[in-house]
Amino acid sequence: MLRLEKRPTPSRAWAWGTPFLAVLLTMIAGGALFAALGKDPVAVVRTIFWDPLFGEFAFYLRGQLLVKAGPLTLIAVGLALGFRAGIWNIGAEGQYIIGAIVGASVGLAVYPTESRLVFPLMILAGGFGGWLWAMIPAILKTRFNTNEILVSLMLVYVAETILSKAATGFLRNPEGAGFPGSRNFSSYPAARNPELIAGTGMHWGVVAAFVVVIAAYVLLQRHLLGFQIRLAGQAPRAARFAGVSPNRLVIFCLGASGALAGFAGLFEVTGPAGQISIDFNSGYGFTAIIVAFLGRLNPVGILLAALLMALTYVGGEMAATNLGLPSAAIRVFQGMLLFFLLAVDLLSNYRVRLAGFGREAR
Amino acid sequence: MKRRTLLATAAMGLIALSGTAEAQMGKVKACFVYVGPIGDGGWTFQHHEGLKQVEAEFGDKVETAYQESVPEGADAERVLTQMALSGCNIIFTTSFGYMDATNAVAAKFPDVKFEHATGFKRDHPNVSTYNARFYEGRAVQGTIAGRMTKSNKIGYIASFPIPEVIMGINSYYIHAKKVNPNVELSVVWAYTWFDPAKEADAAKALIDQGVDVIASHTDSTAVLAEAAKTGGKVIGFGQASDMAEYKPSPRVSSIIDNWGPYYIKRVGALLDGSYQQADAWEGIAGGEVLIGEITDAVPAEVKAEAEALRDAIAAGTYHPFTGPLKKQDGSDWLAEGQTAPDGDLLGMNFFVEGITGEIPK
Repeated sequence: MLRLEKRPTPSRAWAWGTPFLAVLLTMIAGGALFAALGKDPVAVVRTIFWDPLFGEFAFYLRGQLLVKAGPLTLIAVGLALGFRAGIWNIGAEGQYIIGAIVGASVGLAVYPTESRLVFPLMILAGGFGGWLWAMIPAILKTRFNTNEILVSLMLVYVAETILSKAATGFLRNPEGAGFPGSRNFSSYPAARNPELIAGTGMHWGVVAAFVVVIAAYVLLQRHLLGFQIRLAGQAPRAARFAGVSPNRLVIFCLGASGALAGFAGLFEVTGPAGQISIDFNSGYGFTAIIVAFLGRLNPVGILLAALLMALTYVGGEMAATNLGLPSAAIRVFQGMLLFFLLAVDLLSNYRVRLAGFGREAR
Repeated sequence: MKRRTLLATAAMGLIALSGTAEAQMGKVKACFVYVGPIGDGGWTFQHHEGLKQVEAEFGDKVETAYQESVPEGADAERVLTQMALSGCNIIFTTSFGYMDATNAVAAKFPDVKFEHATGFKRDHPNVSTYNARFYEGRAVQGTIAGRMTKSNKIGYIASFPIPEVIMGINSYYIHAKKVNPNVELSVVWAYTWFDPAKEADAAKALIDQGVDVIASHTDSTAVLAEAAKTGGKVIGFGQASDMAEYKPSPRVSSIIDNWGPYYIKRVGALLDGSYQQADAWEGIAGGEVLIGEITDAVPAEVKAEAEALRDAIAAGTYHPFTGPLKKQDGSDWLAEGQTAPDGDLLGMNFFVEGITGEIPK
């Protein structure tokens, strides 16, 4: 029988090494999958990991990596704050949606006002929307001790329903011939989140992601609150003795991650997506969970992990078109990444022991 | 500043390089963007059949590529750009929701031809649109539905409240009503093109209301699977694809989207240099809409009636929207003997008189 035994002090080198090992293992197992599908595994892995960075069309695709990585980073950094403190916000997808809806509503309400204030106002509204949506699980947890994992996750489905109502009802483009979807922000300059430098993919959301990475790094390393977050996660009892209020942490962590998800939603709806549509959310809120862990819950790590994840998306699309790979295979490939990360993590924190049957019977 | 201009010029240069020459071409790369998986058994499956026919027709003069399950939004624009960059000469975007993305990318790649299915925006000379007159097939289905229903309740699972879908509902209802004045139509809006679970739920809801003939405007076979569970009480139609595995019942007939001939025509035109911007809208006569076999679950006289209607539409002697017809609110639409102009159909945002539901606003 196999038995797991916790290692007293997991190696620091391994803690940083495991993500790379997981990527490597994903490449190998993914390669086997692609080979089984009758594709050249080396070509596929190269198309996914190499071509978007250094291939023929890298000038365009590199920018697209930023477009994809921006929202992932914003959301994942927020989630990581909570995850570090043992507060599990699984519903970032919902906060992302509500942030986009609230922010877009503000912009569309004043359409077609041309004022420099419109976009900043929308950003604030977007963050507020995400924050508000995250306050539901936060207050339920602090007041009634409900499970924030379940509540935040269920609220994603509520948010999706509100989204389809918005797209077909209260935010629908009055000039859209009845088709669901709001006005397109690309034709509303005051509310638009444009590409800041042509061809780079850089938009305000990406800028915000970089700022947030730095801010979160400083918070965690240099600020008392960051210390409390880390302490609460590592030693909850000790944290309580040290005077850390668990409720305050819940409110802060859920609120911060909600607001960041809301910002991400707002930047996405005014930029790359362009409009509120029924399937506006494309899973960033869930993918960000993978990104947070892949990045070791460290803001800088998360930025790198988000870029890697973006690479599998953009490269995966390339592989799908150019090599005729089914889209499901790409998703399996991304799933493998999380699977291997968790598996390798387990092995770096635990020792696997072969145990005899005799000792098994207590 | 310098770096900025450098990047911009590099991008523009490469984009220009990736374009292709006009006039005759020795080889064409044709690319397809699908909204669902090619295994959906309906809409996307039929477009993919079209791709295969293009390959069979032109052999090594054509190279094809496709991407399935592309979301209608930010991702579509990137997929299209990637395709244009990687040397596609003609790109077929096969869902209404790609409309803005298609036109945005077409602006950046003037030498690549874009063909957008079911849309109406042709903002640039390299964007063409194509569609099929599915409402002609709906007329045949409506006739069968009106004759076959025992409860006098027929249903329609609609996807989105756009003209394309609304004209199908109207045509279905008009022709059911014509052969069975007592018929009542229930419409369920699924707000999806492809979501087997939602489609099945919609079918269940209709069956619970006593509906016994269901037509659908969504892409999967889930509706027929749900009808099959009723042990022959409820019938339906193959949508987009023949869905022959549900023959002879619940699938009693079908509308088959036959995109192959159009794809072959367009790719061929690009090869021989005769390509021009187009707004194509063919129906039963042009072979884009096929009526799948009407099975023995339908009485012979009903089958004959439905086939006669199909042939009349094909021959051009009958138009499914022929007056007198009134709008739902009782106002006049078409006078006696008048047929609907295409413009009315393409912008259709009203139900005809007699349909009780409302179009979501």
